[in-house]
Amino acid sequence: MSDKNKVVELEDVIIKFAGDSGDGMQFTGNQFSDTSVNAGNDLATFPDYPSEVRAPQGTIAGVSGFQIHIGGKDIHTSGDLADVLVAMNPAALRKNLKWVREGGTIIIDIDNFDNKHYKKAGYEEDPLNDGTLKGYKIIKAPITTMTKSSVKELDSKVALKTKNQFVSGMLYFLFNRELEQGKQFLRQKFKNKPKLVEANIDVLEAGYHYAETLEAFETTYRIISAEKTGSFRNITGNVATAWGLMAAAEKSGRPLFLGSYPITPATEILQELSSKKNLGVKTFQAEDEIAGISSAIGASFAGNFGVTTTSGPGLSLKSEAAGLAVMTELPLVIVDVQRGGPATGLPTKPEQSDLLQALYGRNGESPVVVMSAATPGDCFHAAFKAGKIAMEHMVPVILLTDGYLANGSELWNIPDVDSMPNIKPPIAKANDEDYAPYRRNPETLAREWAIPGTEGLRHRIGGLEKEDVSGEVSHDALNHEIMVKYREEKVQRIANYIPEQPIYGNEDGGDVLVVSWGGTYGAVYTAVSELRKQGKDISLAHFEYIKPFPKNTREVLSKFNKIIVTEINNGQFVNYLRAHFPEFNYLQYNKIQGLPFMIYELKDKFNEILEEK
Amino acid sequence: MSTTTDNTTQELTAKDFKTDGPVKWCAGCGSYSILSSVNATLPKLGVRKEDIVFVSGIGCSSRFPYYVKTYGFHGLHGRAMPIASGVKLANPELSVWVVTGDGDSMAIGGNHFIHLLRRNMDINILLLNNKIYGLTKGQYSPTTPFGSKTKTSPDGTIEHPFKPGELAMGAEGTFYARTIDTDPKMMKEVFLEAAKHKGAALTEVLQNCIIFNNKVHQEITDKDVKEDNTIYLKHGEPMIFGKENDKGLVLDGIKLKVVKIGENGITKDDILVHDAHEPDDTLHYMLARMALPEFPLALGVIRAHKTAVYDHMLEEQVELAKEHSKVKKLNDLLNSGEIVKKG
Repeated sequence: MSDKNKVVELEDVIIKFAGDSGDGMQFTGNQFSDTSVNAGNDLATFPDYPSEVRAPQGTIAGVSGFQIHIGGKDIHTSGDLADVLVAMNPAALRKNLKWVREGGTIIIDIDNFDNKHYKKAGYEEDPLNDGTLKGYKIIKAPITTMTKSSVKELDSKVALKTKNQFVSGMLYFLFNRELEQGKQFLRQKFKNKPKLVEANIDVLEAGYHYAETLEAFETTYRIISAEKTGSFRNITGNVATAWGLMAAAEKSGRPLFLGSYPITPATEILQELSSKKNLGVKTFQAEDEIAGISSAIGASFAGNFGVTTTSGPGLSLKSEAAGLAVMTELPLVIVDVQRGGPATGLPTKPEQSDLLQALYGRNGESPVVVMSAATPGDCFHAAFKAGKIAMEHMVPVILLTDGYLANGSELWNIPDVDSMPNIKPPIAKANDEDYAPYRRNPETLAREWAIPGTEGLRHRIGGLEKEDVSGEVSHDALNHEIMVKYREEKVQRIANYIPEQPIYGNEDGGDVLVVSWGGTYGAVYTAVSELRKQGKDISLAHFEYIKPFPKNTREVLSKFNKIIVTEINNGQFVNYLRAHFPEFNYLQYNKIQGLPFMIYELKDKFNEILEEK
Repeated sequence: MSTTTDNTTQELTAKDFKTDGPVKWCAGCGSYSILSSVNATLPKLGVRKEDIVFVSGIGCSSRFPYYVKTYGFHGLHGRAMPIASGVKLANPELSVWVVTGDGDSMAIGGNHFIHLLRRNMDINILLLNNKIYGLTKGQYSPTTPFGSKTKTSPDGTIEHPFKPGELAMGAEGTFYARTIDTDPKMMKEVFLEAAKHKGAALTEVLQNCIIFNNKVHQEITDKDVKEDNTIYLKHGEPMIFGKENDKGLVLDGIKLKVVKIGENGITKDDILVHDAHEPDDTLHYMLARMALPEFPLALGVIRAHKTAVYDHMLEEQVELAKEHSKVKKLNDLLNSGEIVKKG
């Protein structure tokens, strides 16, 4: 056994777990995240899994990955290049090698590195001997055989399912983690299966002790603790979205109703909320996307906080009904967890390409509020704000998140719901003799919410154009123009109720302004902040509100010499800005690979622009 | 729109549900008599007038909510059922009615139709079946008889029509009734039965479109033939019909057969007795399928099977979850599980 004296402190580390879909890499990733949170680290994670449930074993298509970035400083992304890659087979290695930094450590399950597996992975030569791995530190661990021998009593199929714990054990040693934390995680996960707990713990320990014997692990690492104070938990964007919607329900006194149809990567919001009946949440798994939104509109009409959740193609299906919510001026939140498109596109890969659909994808003049969430934890706050706007202004709100936020996680500072603002929907009073369905609040232009069951307010609404104030069906030419303008103006006036656009960096202006929105925040912020530390004149305006724009948007854009708009799409926000603020010149940087931005690629681009005269 | 000051202790009459504005169906449209039968039924429901909601999709029949003085929602083409589902789940105390047509519910809204029935949500559906697209002016619908010449089938339709009753039973429907716009007495009886049924209640109303499909139901509405060509089924009563009340239905092997009482030794006792409450829908299905000329068309409540209701079960699950959970507020949830406190 080597002595563990040599411990090096690290500011942060990026680990990527990769293996077959059935190898339990997501499980191991979550286990390590959990332990890291308990150890006091800040973190961000991102799972990278194929859309097939179990693609053929050993092939590139079947590789499932989980990246975790842990550290003591503020962590804003799951990281660019991994310091440590765990590759359970050659396919996992082949797919992920390009994401490992030079000199990084690669732990492989040597038992799977044979000709049969090379062929499946598409390697023509043995990657261990052909120079492919030059410059990396390779640890060839017999993970499969050692796992089998530590749980001999188990059926070999079951035994193989525990080999992810061998990997965990090795990493717990390498990063000086408390093994007990890993065991605790297993006890919780397999609560009613004591035999599985025992077997997994045996393998976890075996991995730990095996690592102790390795010369390559003579130096181990300790990741410094984060300095944040408060109560924290690790949370994914989808769970945060679900909880934010619940917060809006609680603060408004309107019960939450979710009508939704399962779709990747939005499904977890429906799953999470369907287990929250204890807090009065009702979920309805509809027969299709259209029924999902239609039921939410019906529930809103009847006085609930109606919500529907979906992803790109589902939003297309909901378009007509979204227009109905515009017409009937009912509160509605539509969460679109964006993925690569068009059509079925890239179901498990993030993209920001639904922005124009959210803004314009309906028939007629059909304005809705469009906003976005910046980080997994921010999904909570964004969902709450979306609910607040929808209910107080009687308007549909589309909240754009994406697959990266939805499945990614971060250490989240738990808010106190009691200190969040109340939501005050304009509910019509019983027996109000002057009630009229389209009478408006002069400040917000919101109509009142007259809820079925209330005495003296029987009325009819629907998808046909209605007469101003009275709400009678009307095909009158001038009335239509008035109503179209009201609906637009109502959305624009929301700018009076949202914060001004903040600038990170030089608030009084400067050379380069980076403009971004949505789930790219972590990478863009980190890139800008690292360049600023080098003394560069660069600032960031990251937009949460897209329609309406914050009131000072024009002023913000006018303060800088150069504007560069960065997006994971072919240039949607930049063209929206060009349409609304045509007096400025916009540079753009786009990536459309179903992948989040890397910090280094952003920095390269920004440096290029900073150097241009 | 003017508003009413309501008084809940008041006895309700059909007048309470009459709207002030004009009704804009074609003169002679079958929908008028359906509307007045509905208005006559609503006071008998035993619910406050503010607790009734009418939801519709698109089509002539779907203008219905504008003409009933209740809470109303005129939705999108085909989408009345999911909108109504949301209304009902949000507030199960409401009496929720869907008014739809053969295009709205059988074509564009077909998917929602079968799923609402399957879930057995406590919603009353009035399907006004005129076997034609009226609002778009005369194209064939999913219930238009095979071979009919319409604006989009100038050489005759080559589509096999749906029978809504068959579809309802195929979709695990628990209540199916059929009635006709020319018989207000039957409509009122059937609508009330539908309202009383706990679960999804589908009532198909055969309706005449005077402009585009006039007399489509003539074979069962004409005075001289209607008694021989229809049978009004009532739970617990023998399946007897005809001008002379001398015809009846019996089972011949696994098929229904029309027999004449007094002929071939057939007596009243041989005639089937209608059991609408029977859980097994085999016979209900056969009754719903009966068609001229071999059989009379079945009217009345054909199936009314009592079973678990979606909205009741959802409420129960919510109540149970609330009762057994320690998590009472969102703050409890946010601070449960793996939490790390620092500083």
